[in-house]
Amino acid sequence: MTAPSSASAPAATSTATRSLISDQELARPRYRAVYFTVLTVTVVLFTAAFLFPLYWMASSALETPREFAAQTPTLLPKSVHLTAYKDAWSQMDIAHFFLNTVWYAAGGWLIQISVDVCAAYALSKLRPAFGKAIFAGMLASLMLPAAALLVPAYLTVSDLPLVHLNLLNTPWALWLPGAANAFNIYVLRRFFDQIPGELLDAAAIDGASRLQTLLRVVLPLSRPVLAVISIFAVVGMWKDFLWPLLVLQDPDKQTLSVALHRLSTSTTQVPPTEMIAGLSIAAVPMIVLFLFFQRHILGGLSAGALKG
Amino acid sequence: MATSLAPHRPGSPAAPPRGGRTGTADARRARLRRRIADNALAYAFMAAGILCFAVFSWYPLVRGVILSFQQDNLINDPQWVGLTNYRHLFADPLFWTAWKNTAEFTGLALVLGYAVPFVIAVLLNELRHFKGFFRIAVYLPVMLPPIVSVMLWQFFYDPGDGLFNTALRGAHLPTSQWIQSPHTAMISLVLVSTWANMGGATLMYLAALQSIPGELFEAAELDGAGIWARLRYVTLPQMRFIMLVLLLLQIIATMQVFIEPFQLTGFTDPSTITVMTLIYRYAFAVNNDFGLAASMSVLLFVVLGVFAALYLRLTREQD
Repeated sequence: MTAPSSASAPAATSTATRSLISDQELARPRYRAVYFTVLTVTVVLFTAAFLFPLYWMASSALETPREFAAQTPTLLPKSVHLTAYKDAWSQMDIAHFFLNTVWYAAGGWLIQISVDVCAAYALSKLRPAFGKAIFAGMLASLMLPAAALLVPAYLTVSDLPLVHLNLLNTPWALWLPGAANAFNIYVLRRFFDQIPGELLDAAAIDGASRLQTLLRVVLPLSRPVLAVISIFAVVGMWKDFLWPLLVLQDPDKQTLSVALHRLSTSTTQVPPTEMIAGLSIAAVPMIVLFLFFQRHILGGLSAGALKG
Repeated sequence: MATSLAPHRPGSPAAPPRGGRTGTADARRARLRRRIADNALAYAFMAAGILCFAVFSWYPLVRGVILSFQQDNLINDPQWVGLTNYRHLFADPLFWTAWKNTAEFTGLALVLGYAVPFVIAVLLNELRHFKGFFRIAVYLPVMLPPIVSVMLWQFFYDPGDGLFNTALRGAHLPTSQWIQSPHTAMISLVLVSTWANMGGATLMYLAALQSIPGELFEAAELDGAGIWARLRYVTLPQMRFIMLVLLLLQIIATMQVFIEPFQLTGFTDPSTITVMTLIYRYAFAVNNDFGLAASMSVLLFVVLGVFAALYLRLTREQD
């Protein structure tokens, strides 16, 4: 009974995976009733709190402005009108801001990955002099609240030191600061550290240069960690608001988030159904990404929590 | 090892007759040359990264501190003004209001946003059905762009026919002015913020709960501990570390609150102006006074630095 080898004990639930309440306890009739009541209540509450607002957003944009403004709200649109979505897409120019954001996210992803992979590879496998100090300096930036750097970073981007370039209203204002991502370098370096040195030596003996070793040996082995970092990079750039608000003040260059804010405060009244359609369009890529990569996203999250 | 194999430079003098020693000297030189070449290569790989960090992270930190002692409006050259910026800050009634509001937001967000995810995680960990559904549902709002969540709630908060007041009226309950009344504006901001962000903390708690060894609950149960006793004497002590970590991270994050007040109540309303919206107002909205904004940022940095230091000490101890 007390033997720890739960694997050999047939039918008994494994003690390694049990939680606060054991399966045997839950099997008792009184607990069973309580369990299914709690389960039902939780499902209903979760649906109301987290899914219903999204349903409301998607369906309100399908109503006519008159139905939307009616005193008695309708849960199901009386008839489906795609006009709000169409008008938002073309008249409100959501299409333009959507493409802007895609372009910023794609370019930012590429730059972030190339810069951070190279730096992490050098720190992990080439072990240069002062590598530890540089790594510490990069990690220290994780502790800097973004808020505290906002004003000086804005001034820096508006007039780069030494070269005096103005990056405002260009994609570089998002891409270059985005490449200074200590989290990426930390995660990549830790992953690269686990790749055995013999593997790289073997590649070197076969005549591969350091760059070839990185591209042909290290990167293919790092696919899982690259996937997690890529998803977080794209999600981060799609969601970002305050920094793009500052550095992309030209309405033509704005991201979807910044443009939605500007349209909501502009003097020309946008019909609410169109505005809500715009919100839905901004949300869809993130929801799709989440449903496709939920395992990566939720897994990366809990891994980060446990290892600090 | 490779002493005799070390290549002679073409122009190097012929080996003197003292044999062994030149071999090692050559080898040493060759090793040094290789180390320089290796370092050069490593720095070539890191160059872009170092440059990005230097220009967009390390330099702005220094510049921010310098800027806080200068007057800078982007038109004239910056001028040294000593402590004038700080003196102006302390004389501005909005400065004190912003700190008070930020503290209020952080406090309310802790009451709601700190306790709720923990309770939900403990509950979800006991539910044997629909595990995937619960995890996806609670994390969905975190995936939304923040401006989408905030603007969506702006529609819900409409005092006329917004979703909340319609529901309250339907249930014959008193309605609220939500963000439009100074009494309820702050709690309304906290509600959106909690809804939009609680998924992350919930899933982190859930992961930590699942790493508690089942034997501990088993042993407690054999000793006659009921469910509450197990929660009190097994779950809580096991979760102490992650709860402290998330407490500090949440304080650091909520003190930088920006988008909720910025979109819902603007950066002029004294009942909800926060430290970040005041920095925005100083630098970008009203005055273009970058020195004043920088000195406010330095103060925020110092306050957050205290919590960041606590966080570092805590996670170091754990390692």
